[in-house]
Amino acid sequence: MINPGKIIFGLDSFGDIPRENADKVFTQAEAIRQVIKEAKMADELGIDVIALGEHHRADYAISSPDTVLAAIASITKKITLATGVTVLSSDDPVRVYERFATLEAISNGRAEAVLGRGSFTESFPLFGYDLQDYDVLFEEKLDLYSKLLEERPVTWKGSTRAALKDADVFPKTDNGKIATRIAVGGSPESVVRTARYGFPLTLAIIGGSPERFKAYIELYKKAAAKFEQQTYPVAVHSHGVIADTDEEAIELGWNHIRASFVRIGQDRGWTPMSREQYESEVQNGSFYVGSPETVAKRIARMLKTLDAGRFELVYGAGELSASARERTIELYATKVIPRVRELLREE
Amino acid sequence: MAKKIGILGAGKLGTVLGQLALKAGYQVYIAGSGSAEKIALTTEILLPEAQALTAKEVLAKTDTVILALPLGKYKSLSVEQLAGKLVIDAMNYWWEVDGQRPELTDVSSSSSELVQNYLKKSVVIKAFNHMGYHDLYDEAKPKGQNNRKAIAIVGDNKDAVQKVAVIVDDFGFDPLDEGSLMQGIRMEPGSPVFGANLKYNELKERLLSFETTKRGAAAKKAGNPAVKLGGKF
Repeated sequence: MINPGKIIFGLDSFGDIPRENADKVFTQAEAIRQVIKEAKMADELGIDVIALGEHHRADYAISSPDTVLAAIASITKKITLATGVTVLSSDDPVRVYERFATLEAISNGRAEAVLGRGSFTESFPLFGYDLQDYDVLFEEKLDLYSKLLEERPVTWKGSTRAALKDADVFPKTDNGKIATRIAVGGSPESVVRTARYGFPLTLAIIGGSPERFKAYIELYKKAAAKFEQQTYPVAVHSHGVIADTDEEAIELGWNHIRASFVRIGQDRGWTPMSREQYESEVQNGSFYVGSPETVAKRIARMLKTLDAGRFELVYGAGELSASARERTIELYATKVIPRVRELLREE
Repeated sequence: MAKKIGILGAGKLGTVLGQLALKAGYQVYIAGSGSAEKIALTTEILLPEAQALTAKEVLAKTDTVILALPLGKYKSLSVEQLAGKLVIDAMNYWWEVDGQRPELTDVSSSSSELVQNYLKKSVVIKAFNHMGYHDLYDEAKPKGQNNRKAIAIVGDNKDAVQKVAVIVDDFGFDPLDEGSLMQGIRMEPGSPVFGANLKYNELKERLLSFETTKRGAAAKKAGNPAVKLGGKF
């Protein structure tokens, strides 16, 4: 098992819009500033990672996560500045490299690119890509990006962007390589691809029992062995809200996390999540909702079951108020994280 | 001899259904969109004891096959290779994967009828489409166990529906016979059972409430006979 002292804890945000009451809802600009404030708080409280996701929707303010991370870099000291995810399929690998290498410079080596295909597809029409090319876009761009990571002139040819011949890309980093992970939503093919390129794996587990993913981690390890690549501790990204009592957290989760799932599910034809389904997510599934003790137990159990080395709590979904978000962060840092380590040591 | 089942599609849904089949003691043959080699490793880890093959080989091995590929690709299936087979359609229109395909979400008929019209020489039964794949994985339970969930089945061939009912039961769910294939509209995205996770009686009730939903009203307006006639009840 992974040494409990070495487990990495993160916070993930998409730049959700806080709502303070029926009349007062943050503007998108205010929502971005709220995330910057929270990231500073997280850094001061000793949380290891802040990860910001890229979306192009009215309900999430962050479309340009690395810009927000650059602002965070200048007011924090230790926290790792990650995305979650950068939608590589509709981006340009050269620009992705350039932006993260710049962030790496600004933050003195704290940048982490977390690349994925994204669970939304808005970026495709926005940037002129065809959803039908979903697979080839990601595959080719990951191929080019992984070459650029070597920080040497690149020669590359593909069907999704202009070819490169001995192209040298700047800035170079002090550490020689930008930390990079791939986040996947549970497609076995994506897990195998991550292993094939030798990247660390993040599993976005947004519903159902974490146990289901045990086999995926096995797949990641076996695939890496087959491709003679190194493996790294797996990260898990899941939603949650922490409050002083279970009752309070469960109500917040119902009114916010569940509400955001219902709203997003509508576009996909899903019937609204029932109370039974919600409670099953809270008890045995993938919502980390409750008092610090409850949430710590659930995180510890999941980390142990999956032998994962990193947990990222997605906080603030569904217009959760700024004060409830900040309370979640505070309890996560001061109570949950130390308790998870303690629980894992006890076993 | 072990019961056999084929699965076309080795993504999230195909692998979960394969896991349920293995747990139920079936011999599983699975194919992805390409070569068998492409899915060999995934199969070995996620579906030990299942055989990763090409679609053609899967169809040569078994007479019962589950379709778990993106609905938008149904015309990539071979009508001839599927001739005479019992075909379980677990596919749904998913615009994020399939792109904008108005014909796949047309309320005047169900998507399984489109599949049946294309696979003229097969018997198409719709099942396993209305529950999310992680619920399929988490909720499968042996017969008689408390709080067992149900899966609706529709089809025009009663013998075939019976066979699928046995499979649904084997996989860990109570089978609910919901009538002819056209009733499949009640189980599609936008219907009140889609993504729900219900016991037999609740599912039965919820299927009946389709007419009260926006999509149900649209189907009625478009003259969908399934809605005009009501359910089988």
